[in-house]
Amino acid sequence: MSEHAHSGGGGGPRHRTVELAIASATMLFGLIVIYGSIQAGITWGVEGPRAGFFPFYLGLLIVGGSLVTIAQVLLASDRDRLFAEWGQLRLVLAVIIPALVYVAIIPWLGIYVASALLILVFMIWIGRNPLWWSLTIGLGLPLVTFVVFERLFLIPLPKGPLERMLGF
Amino acid sequence: MEELANLFHGFAVVLQPHNILLMLAGIVLGVIIGVLPGLGGANGIAILLPLTFAMPPTSAIIMLSCIYWGALFGGAITAILFNIPGEPWSVATTFDGHPMAQQGKAGEALTTAFTSSFIGAFVAVVMITFFAPLIADFALKFGPAEFFSVYFLTFASFVGLDKSPPAKTIVSMMIGFALAAVGLDSITGQLRLTFGFTSLLNGFDFLIAVIGLFGIGEILIAMEEGLAFRGVRAGINPKVVWQTWKELLRYWKTALLGSIIGCWMGIKPGGATPGSFMSYGVAKKLSPNGAKFGSGHPEGIVAPETAAHAAGTSALLPMISLGIPGSPTAAVLLGGLLIWGLQPGPLMFVEQKEFVWGLIASMYLGNVVGLIVVLTCVPLFAAILRIPFSVIAPVILVLCAIGAYTVHNSAFDVVVMMLFGVVGYLLRKCDYPLAPMVLAIVLGDKAEEAFRQSLLASQGSFAIFWSNGLVSTIMALGLVALFWPLIQSLLAQWRTRARQAY
Repeated sequence: MSEHAHSGGGGGPRHRTVELAIASATMLFGLIVIYGSIQAGITWGVEGPRAGFFPFYLGLLIVGGSLVTIAQVLLASDRDRLFAEWGQLRLVLAVIIPALVYVAIIPWLGIYVASALLILVFMIWIGRNPLWWSLTIGLGLPLVTFVVFERLFLIPLPKGPLERMLGF
Repeated sequence: MEELANLFHGFAVVLQPHNILLMLAGIVLGVIIGVLPGLGGANGIAILLPLTFAMPPTSAIIMLSCIYWGALFGGAITAILFNIPGEPWSVATTFDGHPMAQQGKAGEALTTAFTSSFIGAFVAVVMITFFAPLIADFALKFGPAEFFSVYFLTFASFVGLDKSPPAKTIVSMMIGFALAAVGLDSITGQLRLTFGFTSLLNGFDFLIAVIGLFGIGEILIAMEEGLAFRGVRAGINPKVVWQTWKELLRYWKTALLGSIIGCWMGIKPGGATPGSFMSYGVAKKLSPNGAKFGSGHPEGIVAPETAAHAAGTSALLPMISLGIPGSPTAAVLLGGLLIWGLQPGPLMFVEQKEFVWGLIASMYLGNVVGLIVVLTCVPLFAAILRIPFSVIAPVILVLCAIGAYTVHNSAFDVVVMMLFGVVGYLLRKCDYPLAPMVLAIVLGDKAEEAFRQSLLASQGSFAIFWSNGLVSTIMALGLVALFWPLIQSLLAQWRTRARQAY
């Protein structure tokens, strides 16, 4: 998918920068795993290999693989390739930010109200869909979900003040 | 022929009316999942898994495996009508499928694809019927060292066979293993890698990872590409189907070859995609119509589709017989088995006869039902793709959140799922393969257990992995798979040098 040719103007972050950032992040993750394994004990105990024995080597492999990736990126020649254009990233953020707000408000508002809000916000502001269509999906889907989960399959989902007010 | 008797018993289970209904529901849901961007077999099944907790395991697996068949069929619809491969193994289908559709032969192209898929799957199911019990029987003799060597082979194949850079495959896989290691150590009962966070006590559930990595990650990628679907309209009527079938008879050799390549590649993890390309390439070389491939020749659809479906189906062989899934979707099905209280592995053939043979029987019937459903309902499914993405995206987000919540009834899991989604988007953009990570999260604990138990038995000596013919052979195969790209280039060098010497 990353070979997708992006034509047109518009700058953006370089692919190389993102690659290096990710490889550094995986290396940090590997170091954390190594640290945690040493805490748990990587030696041979009375009961055999101790809890950190196996993860320790995983950490080493992660750090090693990350270093190889960093070296490969530094040696690669396509320095000017873009990761994505700013316009594209704005679209991606337009999903990530509402989605993060959505998962954050689920514990307070319950999943049904939060879902309705997410769909309405997304369909009206980002998708510019007609209002009646947005309302149909935005209110319809949570209602259908409610019937399917709470009534048919008896699986309780998180509920908030609205559901309490209605007596569920 | 004990297998046949068991199989007929399986058919009797599957043919109960409510199971047939579940089968139909599964196929329809599966095709929808396969057609929608952002939902694939793996995360679609992961999201629907909680709905099956209350069902008897046999009914549940029938429905879920039918979702899988449906998703496999669905991938061909998007590939042919919209030139968008719904799954990576549909890429080769677009080469000839989309040109055919553009020439106004969309109905023929779809019929060819569906029929080929059906043939590929059918050959693979026949293979599973006879080989799975044999392998399971053989595996009953496995000790921890043998099991570890099979895990080693599984993961080594990812490194050697995947197109991604080996360093990235290893990093992605090891992160999966590390995530699986978080929490309570199953052997010593000690806590590890939790760093004092109580929410990490139980570790990371792979279902949450699958929903995030594949579901949310996919939506973000689709969003970035600003999907504007411009598809070809298609109608299928009985006349088109009949004529296409008559023509397809001529390509039986390609179909058989594709099925065999698919079965062979599918047993190895991640084999469906290389299998479909390999089959396309081989057919192009061997077929008298090879020169016409790429311009919209039906044989160019037969080759990759038979292979992809045979591979997708035979990926279930190691899952049923050894408890080792060959693909992320098989991994999710395996996760389902654990939740329903079944222990996957060779013992299933002894202890859970009805379940295993019910599953195998449902593979036969599911593919027949699937073929009928897709042939009759194509326009309906293609219409789904014309729904604007700004409607599909939030709806799928909500479904992912519900799916993630219901796994453990935990709102924290929903947050973790979102984080996995963002990470998945970044990793995918940078060519890190996600399937090895998911499989490592699923198999991490078992692989570690096998590793430590073998070392315990040998007092810490690694020689146990070379201690008998069986375990050494599997380990050697694993090493070959691991260094396959290196071996291949060495062989090529050696060949050119030999030629120069003449």
